[in-house]
Amino acid sequence: MKKLILLSALCSISLVIFGQSERYTAAMKKNLAAMDTSFRSTAGLVAMSNNFERIAMAEKTQWLPYYYAAFSQVNAGFMEQDKSKIDEYADKAGLLIQKADSLSPNNSEISCIKSMIASCHLMVDPMTRYMEYGKLSSEALDAAISQDPTNPRPNYLKGQGLKYTPEQFGGGCKTALPEFEKAMAKFAAFKTPGELNPNWGKEQVENLVKECK
Amino acid sequence: MKYFIITTLLLNALVSHAQVKIAGHIKDNKNNPLPAASIVLKNTYDGATSDSLGNYSFTTEERGQQTVEISIAGYNSLTQVITIADKELSLDFTLKEQITELKAVVISAGAFEASDKNKGAVLTSLDIVTTPSAMGDVTSALKSIPGTQQVGESEGLFVRGGTASESKIYMDGSLVNNFFYSSTPGIATRGRFNPFLFKGTVFSSGGYSALYGQALSSALILESTDLPERTQADLGISVVGIGGGLQHLSKDKKSSWGFSYNYANLWLAFNVLKQKQDFYKLPNANQGDANFRIKTRSGGFVKYYGYISTNNVGFRTNDIDSIVLKNAFALKNINTYQNLNWKDRIGPGWKINTGISFGTNKDDIDNEVQDQSNQKVTITNPILYSFKNFALLTTARYAQARVVLEKKLKGISALRFGSDYFYSSEKSTYTLFNGSTFNENVTDNLFAGFAEADIYLTNNLALKVGSRAEHSALMSRWNIAPRLSLAYKLATNSQASFAYGTFYQNPERRLLPGAAGLNFSKAAHYIFQFTQQTKDYTFRSEIFYKKYDDLFKTGFSANGRELAANNQGFGSAKGIEFFWRDKKTWKNVDYWVSYSFLDTKRDYLNFPRAIEPSFAAKHTASFVFKRFVLPWKTGFNLSYNFATGRPYYRIAYNNNLDKFELTDQGRTINYNSMSMSINYIPALGKTGAKSFAVWVLGINNVLGQNQVFNYNYSSDGSRKEAITPPSKRFIFIGCFMSFGVDRTQDAINNNL
Repeated sequence: MKKLILLSALCSISLVIFGQSERYTAAMKKNLAAMDTSFRSTAGLVAMSNNFERIAMAEKTQWLPYYYAAFSQVNAGFMEQDKSKIDEYADKAGLLIQKADSLSPNNSEISCIKSMIASCHLMVDPMTRYMEYGKLSSEALDAAISQDPTNPRPNYLKGQGLKYTPEQFGGGCKTALPEFEKAMAKFAAFKTPGELNPNWGKEQVENLVKECK
Repeated sequence: MKYFIITTLLLNALVSHAQVKIAGHIKDNKNNPLPAASIVLKNTYDGATSDSLGNYSFTTEERGQQTVEISIAGYNSLTQVITIADKELSLDFTLKEQITELKAVVISAGAFEASDKNKGAVLTSLDIVTTPSAMGDVTSALKSIPGTQQVGESEGLFVRGGTASESKIYMDGSLVNNFFYSSTPGIATRGRFNPFLFKGTVFSSGGYSALYGQALSSALILESTDLPERTQADLGISVVGIGGGLQHLSKDKKSSWGFSYNYANLWLAFNVLKQKQDFYKLPNANQGDANFRIKTRSGGFVKYYGYISTNNVGFRTNDIDSIVLKNAFALKNINTYQNLNWKDRIGPGWKINTGISFGTNKDDIDNEVQDQSNQKVTITNPILYSFKNFALLTTARYAQARVVLEKKLKGISALRFGSDYFYSSEKSTYTLFNGSTFNENVTDNLFAGFAEADIYLTNNLALKVGSRAEHSALMSRWNIAPRLSLAYKLATNSQASFAYGTFYQNPERRLLPGAAGLNFSKAAHYIFQFTQQTKDYTFRSEIFYKKYDDLFKTGFSANGRELAANNQGFGSAKGIEFFWRDKKTWKNVDYWVSYSFLDTKRDYLNFPRAIEPSFAAKHTASFVFKRFVLPWKTGFNLSYNFATGRPYYRIAYNNNLDKFELTDQGRTINYNSMSMSINYIPALGKTGAKSFAVWVLGINNVLGQNQVFNYNYSSDGSRKEAITPPSKRFIFIGCFMSFGVDRTQDAINNNL
């Protein structure tokens, strides 16, 4: 009888554990599936960021929910029209990505978000902020490339930055295209380590290449 | 037993699948709905984000005691323990607004900030360098913003009816005693400091903080740059001289050192542009400086900056008292300045800013009367000629030690206190035509203690209240100066501020040693400001009233010098100022307009009564326009300065009446000056360029308009002569190069 109780107890514990990780995957998948719709408004992205943050806080050891929370938050910053509010989004995204970073240090994907956050801060006032945030943004991309040379996203972000820099300053499509091509090549070879891992950017690069050609 | 376990498991599963709804409303303490707030049922995935009306709702399977947390940027987070049963829950929350630097008002009455970071910035450091009328001089650039006078006959900042000696200049908290090159009669000298040394500039035209004292009118507070971006060498060649330097950044990017050397000689410029004076010793200067900066572990800085500089000038002018004689003035100067500063965090909520500085100055002036063949002549009859042959040797030493502690209070409020100690020793030897010498030595030990609190009551209302106490050994007196500023936010982009302060100052050196029992001179400022500022434009207006008391009246000493005699002088100044800057209306165009109205009178020095001082114009206006043309890689800058005529006087001593009187007076013509400059950056856009050059062409007073600053009278008053600039125009051509770093990006963001 004792054995039986022990067995059933063990069973129920494993059930709970199994159930929890399944619940995590299910919750993540559900939110990732809704990601595209959330891009329709800043409010949608903020809500999405909050969804991921709740999962992150409950899980405590997973970096991906913090990653996606930061990703949604910084995109809300890019979408915000009122320049005086942008810093708030970027600051919040910064706090979230810091937590992801402490759970998964030297992660190329996390470095990409760091670069996006710096670019978001930069956008508020490029004239006075370039020295600080322009530098931070490009340093984070360099780090991302060295942390994982197969990751296509740093090249995509780098190309995007160049595309929107005036030609007189060494930007424009001409200099951006080689980066986009690098990104395309890497996207073709890229395999996500897991179904929940970041897998965005391919379509955007394709669109940018079309715009440039 | 088996069945029991299975049933329990089943039951559990059944129970956990029953969802219960939680919904409600979130608002702030002013009853405004809060959209985008996050509601979290802690340690679960459950929660929601409030919608645009502040409403939220979500479902959960959890039961019993749970913690909810509500958070949103800019508000204090709220946690609450709730009990969830099987019934739908309705929960409303109210969040309290956080006081943050981002949202809070800026205590700004009286202050104009030029910094790269601060949100209150009105002009940035680069604006200072590209203002054409300034020709790269820090203080000259400030003449394009309200409150300052267009004084061209002597250096310094004349602010709101105050003299240049009423403005003090600080670098990293330490007083700079010889900011300008030693003065020469009738010609304004430049500042000794390169504008690129500073990352931030606060120009306060009144009502400034209790951290600063001994300045009745204004404080110019300069903060030096932190670490350079990269190791880099610079070289500059221009019509006025050559210079070069190196800045080295350590591999770990935690420290840097650098040095530079500059040699200036006006030989070329003065050969091309005819000067009014006959320069028999062309102005030339040598300056060598060195610095190091170390970033501490806690993010603070230890900074050192020091220089040694020498300069030499000699020129002849026609003697005003005769038609054949000339007056020859020669000056040799050696000046040094060292500043060591440490700024850091010490313990939770505490900051320290401490430093020492040391300076020396030696002016060797030789003045003589010369004949047509430029030979020295000694004439003893009339006696006034004999006094024109003299030598004056002045040596000075200055030291300062300063400590300021800051304690963070609730929110962003803070308390600052500390003390300052200044030592100054100024010796002079005056040699008369007959060889007799007069030695004077003036030493002061000035101690100051101060405390000040920044109190943010809400994001919309803040005050700064402080006080400064000083003891001067020279005066053997104490003074206590209270200061107060209030700022109130009217709307997102606009605020109103008020500032009040009392300021005390010792007599300037040329009036010392004064009579026994002298007191400090005193000024009280009342300033009301309105500011409206967005990223694209700034509008600011100030109304001020300034009351002077105990100004120094002068009398003659035994050897005929004019010295401080008593404190019976007084005065007042009132006015209104406007500033408008717009970066948006035209693409790539940035312009600003300033206007100041000043109504001031004072009775001081040898004035017979309260009169408008000769350094104050009633109306002053300036206009600065900058446009960067990207395809040409060229920036065009234009500035126009205007001031109505200033009064001038002949004040003479009437022996019969035994007092000073006005024997003649008038008003100069209006002042007009248009200046322009062009910056050409050929390497713009060449990514990875190893060297980076900026070509500069600047012309002062392009239109060659007549400018009269004041008049000199002959000693009998029968003749007067206009004080005008040494030449109609000045043309500056130069090339500044940097090696080892691509500054393209730098240029992009500075010019876009």
